[in-house]
Amino acid sequence: MRRLSYAQAIREAHAQLLAGDPRVFILGQGLWSPWYAGTSMHDLDKEFGRERVIDSPVAENATTGAAIGAALAGMRPIVFHPRMDFMLLAADPVINQAANWSYMFAGRVSAPVVIRSVINRGGEQGAQHSQALHAMFMHVPGLKVVMPSTAHDAKGLLIAAVQDGNPVLYIDDRWLYDTTDDVPEEMYAVPIGKAAVRRRGRDVTIVATSYMAAEAVKAVATLETQGIDAELVDLRSLKPWDRDTVFASVVRTGRLVVADAGWQTAGVAAEIVAAIACEIFDALKAPAVRVCLPDVPAPVSRPSEAAYYVGADNLVAAVEKMVVR
Amino acid sequence: MYRTMVRVRLFEERVAQLVEAQEIKTPCHLYIGQEAIAAGVCAALEPRDYVWGGHRSHGHYLAKGGDLRAMMAELYGKATGCSEGRGGSMHLVAPEVGILGTVPLVAATIPLAVGAGLAGKLRHDDRVSVTFFGDGAAEEGHFHESLNLAALFRLPVVFVCENNFYASHLQLFERRVADNILASADVAGVAGVRLDGNDVEAVHAATREAVGRARRGEGPTLLECRTYRWRGHVGPSWDMDVGVKRKDELNEWLPKDPIARSRGRLLEAGESDDDCDGVVRAAATEVEDAVWFARESPYPGEAEMTKHVWVTPDERRAR
Repeated sequence: MRRLSYAQAIREAHAQLLAGDPRVFILGQGLWSPWYAGTSMHDLDKEFGRERVIDSPVAENATTGAAIGAALAGMRPIVFHPRMDFMLLAADPVINQAANWSYMFAGRVSAPVVIRSVINRGGEQGAQHSQALHAMFMHVPGLKVVMPSTAHDAKGLLIAAVQDGNPVLYIDDRWLYDTTDDVPEEMYAVPIGKAAVRRRGRDVTIVATSYMAAEAVKAVATLETQGIDAELVDLRSLKPWDRDTVFASVVRTGRLVVADAGWQTAGVAAEIVAAIACEIFDALKAPAVRVCLPDVPAPVSRPSEAAYYVGADNLVAAVEKMVVR
Repeated sequence: MYRTMVRVRLFEERVAQLVEAQEIKTPCHLYIGQEAIAAGVCAALEPRDYVWGGHRSHGHYLAKGGDLRAMMAELYGKATGCSEGRGGSMHLVAPEVGILGTVPLVAATIPLAVGAGLAGKLRHDDRVSVTFFGDGAAEEGHFHESLNLAALFRLPVVFVCENNFYASHLQLFERRVADNILASADVAGVAGVRLDGNDVEAVHAATREAVGRARRGEGPTLLECRTYRWRGHVGPSWDMDVGVKRKDELNEWLPKDPIARSRGRLLEAGESDDDCDGVVRAAATEVEDAVWFARESPYPGEAEMTKHVWVTPDERRAR
């Protein structure tokens, strides 16, 4: 099997989608530039032409709205936001329009659009170039939200998102761009709404998203050396999320740690813990634990950044504290 | 075009009564006084062309060929409505005639219209996308971003600003320092035309030119159609009671009634009063039939409430 990086896998998915369906096009900022998308969009404009790979003015509202309008008119657009922060300027087209369209019009017209944004944490960029806002969008009926943590899923989820027929937020993380994985050459879809169990274990269930799912792979390896047998569930889809897989795992292990590199309050972890508490409370042998970002905007200076972001170490510490042996 | 305007007027006058009688509860933003714009613009379009509207879109829906019964039933929240009772007055749809949805957030459909124009350009399918919006929407960022994008990509989009001089309760000069919406056309580098929005022939002629430019790949046009909203921002009232509008202003505009003007021209051109009255009678009958249809129609079933949040794979494959 070929190894590809996460960024190469994203690029390959775009290329295969563009080659396979004339309705697919890409619109957004920085598509013709080496600066914004890393290697994830490298030379797509040269390969498929600038008619279909459209670098745009800084006008998030109009470009996102235009992508949605094109979707309503039968196309399969992907709109690109090189920082998730920028996407808030397109809150109206995403939340008011795309999310509601199918429902408002009884399914007679819908918005098969992929809204791709990149979380680009760290790098001393501060509060407005580093935000992970996925939980806000998970709140909204009518949207689907996916966050791949591996190169394999980065390709398969993008393909699934374009084929889904609904507005899908595809959120990738720059901190994962250089990670590699086995990636099949052919086009394949990773089903939206299905989690992946990365490791089977008996002692504790770790449910993790995106970057933290990659960190959790390191954490469970460390925990194994300490005799803690952790089960790792990579959520992959935030909306809809795979309740069956998560619930079954928690019922088996009796312990739950949720790791999400977004803010804690009203976040992904809050939703999962609430669902467990409301529906299978008796399965828990210990209070659930959340490993998330503190409720603080992203700082700039290096020591503050180091304290702010969470990773494998935080996860190991949380599990150690919980699993009394 | 006369027939279209009469159908819109009679539909809305009947709706105004039904709102007063509290038989229709969904917020209705009436188009009375502005009918020439929808009628003139849509007469210049093909069925395959797209039309986008806002909260005040009964006229756009009818003028583009939307089913009158289905709209009345929608206002009643009935299952037979165009949006199956999910939309009400502010969410109308008729994809079979190019209306992919009207929504009430001011200016929201302007970028969507640009996107439909972009779809048309990429498919080379010769479709034009028309966005109707008010003068209030011309103060939204949506409008300025979208006009620039459409200009830059030379998209087949016609921007129709219906300047009725009010955004909800605020008069134009309470919102901007000059009566200069049309200047945005110059800024974006697109063709711009200011016209009498109560003159259906003028609106039609200007739209034909704009549509021609769009189909020839010469890019978008901004049409500023100057008109007046007779009734309040929402509902059947005339707004004098709450001091939003001035009586002298209304007295100036009522004689410019686009329907009376159009009828005058038809008579001059040799049509008879009988012919014109026949159009009015037919429209009245059609509206009453729609009221009957809406009253008799069932509400959506209980199970309907949670449907259509997402399209299903089957619905997706059908498209």
